[in-house]
Amino acid sequence: MSVLVGYDTKLVVQGMSGSAGAFHARQMVEYGTRVVAGVTPGKGGSKVEGLAQVPMFDTVAEAVDQAGANTTVIYVPPPFAADSILEAAAAGIQVIIAITEGIPARDMVKVKYVLDHEYPGVVLVGPNCPGVITPGQCKVGIMPGYIHKPGGVGVVSRSGTLTYEVVGQLTTLGLGQSTAIGIGGDPVKGTDFIQALEWFAADPGTSSIFMIGEIGGDSEERAAAFVKANIKKPVAAFIGGQTAPPGKRMGHAGAIISGGKGAAADKIAALQEAGIAVSPTPAEMGKTLAKLLG
Amino acid sequence: MKIHEYQGKELLKKYGVPVPLGIAATSAADAIAAIPKVQEQAGTEVVVVKAQIHAGGRGKGGGVKVAKTRADAEAAVKKIFGMQLVTPQTGPEGKKVQRILVEQGLAIEHEYYLGMLLDRATARVTVMASVEGGMDIEEVAAKHPEKILKQAIDPATGWQDWQSRVLAKQLGLSGKVAGELAKFLRSLTRCYEDMDCSMLEINPLVTTKDGKVLALDAKINFDDNALFRHPELEAWRDPNEEDASEQEAKKWDLSYISLDGNIGCMVNGAGLAMSTMDIIKYYGGAPANFLDVGGGATAEKVTAAFKIITSSADVKAIFVNIFGGIMKCDTIAQGVITAVKEVGLKVPLVVRLEGTNVELGKKMLAESGLNILAASDMADGAQKAVKAAKEAR
Repeated sequence: MSVLVGYDTKLVVQGMSGSAGAFHARQMVEYGTRVVAGVTPGKGGSKVEGLAQVPMFDTVAEAVDQAGANTTVIYVPPPFAADSILEAAAAGIQVIIAITEGIPARDMVKVKYVLDHEYPGVVLVGPNCPGVITPGQCKVGIMPGYIHKPGGVGVVSRSGTLTYEVVGQLTTLGLGQSTAIGIGGDPVKGTDFIQALEWFAADPGTSSIFMIGEIGGDSEERAAAFVKANIKKPVAAFIGGQTAPPGKRMGHAGAIISGGKGAAADKIAALQEAGIAVSPTPAEMGKTLAKLLG
Repeated sequence: MKIHEYQGKELLKKYGVPVPLGIAATSAADAIAAIPKVQEQAGTEVVVVKAQIHAGGRGKGGGVKVAKTRADAEAAVKKIFGMQLVTPQTGPEGKKVQRILVEQGLAIEHEYYLGMLLDRATARVTVMASVEGGMDIEEVAAKHPEKILKQAIDPATGWQDWQSRVLAKQLGLSGKVAGELAKFLRSLTRCYEDMDCSMLEINPLVTTKDGKVLALDAKINFDDNALFRHPELEAWRDPNEEDASEQEAKKWDLSYISLDGNIGCMVNGAGLAMSTMDIIKYYGGAPANFLDVGGGATAEKVTAAFKIITSSADVKAIFVNIFGGIMKCDTIAQGVITAVKEVGLKVPLVVRLEGTNVELGKKMLAESGLNILAASDMADGAQKAVKAAKEAR
C-alpha cells in the first residue's frame, strides 16, 4: 500500500526542458516512475535529451487529454510557479507536487485560496519540497532513489535533506518506508503534517510514522495534538534548528523564531507530551524509531 | 529584507498613509541642520530625535528623545549620533547609530498598536490591532492575547472598509477619527500587498488631539522571495546593517548567516543546515555560520560559498555535510576543489557526502590530492570537525 503516489501514478513534469526538470525526469524514469508527459510553454512537440520517449506539450491540459497524466511535478522557476500550479489544477490533475523553491508568499496565499475553494479534491504537496516517494513503486521529486527501501514507515518532513537523512538511517537499520512525503519549508503550503498523518493513519501499509519538523510556526504543536487524539500507530520525531538564534531566517522562509513563537523547545515539549519519541540529534532519528518499535 | 523607519515612512507616505513630518540625516551636522527646518515646516517647537537602526526597542536603549527646544534637540542629536545603541534586540554589543530621523512632535491623544503579517495557520494576511500601544506589545500578546484584535484579509476581495469599522468600534474610536482610521488602513493594506511585505508594524499608531491618525513608527520587512518584483528596494539596503559575509553570500544567492562559533559549515538544504548546527553544538563545538548552498547550485556557487567560509579568521575547521538530492555530490566536490586551489586550505576540512552522484563526488575528492578528513555519516563528521577545531586552538 502507499499514499499519494504509486503504481497508478501517471506523471507529467512541468518545466521538463529546464536543467533541473530534465535531470530529475531522467532519474524518475530510471527509478520506474511512469513519466507520461513533459510540459514547457513553447516547447510542445520537441524532445528533451535522454527523454525521447516522453512527449512534450505546451499545456498541462494536453498532457492530461493526450497522455492521461493524473499527477504533476513542478520544476518551474519561482516567478511562474504559482501559475503552473493553478494550470495543473484547472487541467484536472489530482496530485500536484511543487518542488520550486522561492515562490513569493503573496502568490501562495492566492494559490491556496483558489485550490481550497475551487478544487477541494486536489492535493498540493509543497512548494519548496523534495517531493513524494513510494519506495519500489514510484518516485516523484528530487530525492535520491537508492537510499529508500519498501516497508512500513511513513515519513513526513518539512525539510528535504533531513528527509534523506532519516530515510538513509531507517534503510540502514532495515526499516523500509511505505511513503515519504516532503511537505516543504514554506510558511504557506499545501499538505501539512495533520493531513499527511491522516493518510498514514488510514494506510494499511503504514505501521509506524516518522515526522521531521523545524523551528517556526506552530504546525508541529498542532500535529502533536492531532497525534495524541487520533493516531494509534507508533510515532517518532525530530525538530531541526534547536540551536538557531531567534529573529534569523534559517534558509526556509518558514524557519524563523519570531515574537517568541516557533522555538524548538516548545515543539519538542508538545511532541513528547503527545507520547511521541523525539530524537535528540539528527544522527539518531532512525535509532529512535527502531527503539520505539522494540 | 529589512529597511529603516524613515524609509518605511517614505514608502507609507507614497501610499497615502499619514506620517509625521520628518527629515532623515546620515551625519550629526545634517541632523542638526534639519532641526529648524522641521520646526518651521511643522510649526512646532517640539521635535523627536530618533536613532535609525534595524533593531526594535530603541526607546528603551536611549535612542529616541523628545526635545522641547532647538538646543535640547541638538544635544539629543550629539548624544545619539554615533552611540553604540543597545536594545533588547541588538544583543549586548549594540549597534552603532549612523542615521538619525528628526521628526515633528505631536499632541498625542492615544497610542495604539497596529501590525500586519501572514498568519500561517489560516494562510491569510492578518491585521492586528490593540489599544495597548507603545513599547511592550510582545508582553501584551503573551499575557493578554484577547487584547490583540484581528482581522484576516480575504485573498479574493482584499481589505474591506467594514473591517476598519469593526476595528474602530473595538478600539473605541468613533466619528471623524474612525473615518481617518478607515482611510489609513485602506492605504496601509494596499502597501502591504503591492510591495510584497512580510511584516509591517506601526507601533505606535497615534490619534492626535485634533482628530488625526498617524503612523508614529514604521517597521517594514519584505518577502525575500519576492524581491525580484521590486528591484528599486536594493537602493534601500543599508550595508552597515548587514554582515559583510552575509552580503557576499547574497550576491551568490546563498542562504548564509554568521554565528559566533569556529566551525565553518557548508550544507545543502535548510533543515540539514540547521541540524548540522545542532549536532555540532551537541558534540561540544560551535558553528561559525549557517550556510545552505541550496538545491540548484553550480560549482561556481559552491566555490564562492567555500571562499566566504574560509575568509573568516574565526574558522578553525570546516564541515561540509551534503546529502544530495537536487544537489549533486560531484558539483560540490568540483566547487570545493576549485576553491581550495584558488585560496588554499589553512584549516582541517571534514567532508561527508551522500546522495545523488555520491560515488563520483568521492572519487573526485580522493583524486584531487586535497587533505580531507572523510566522514562516514553526520555524527562522525560533526565529531571530527569539533575535535579538529579544538586541536587547532
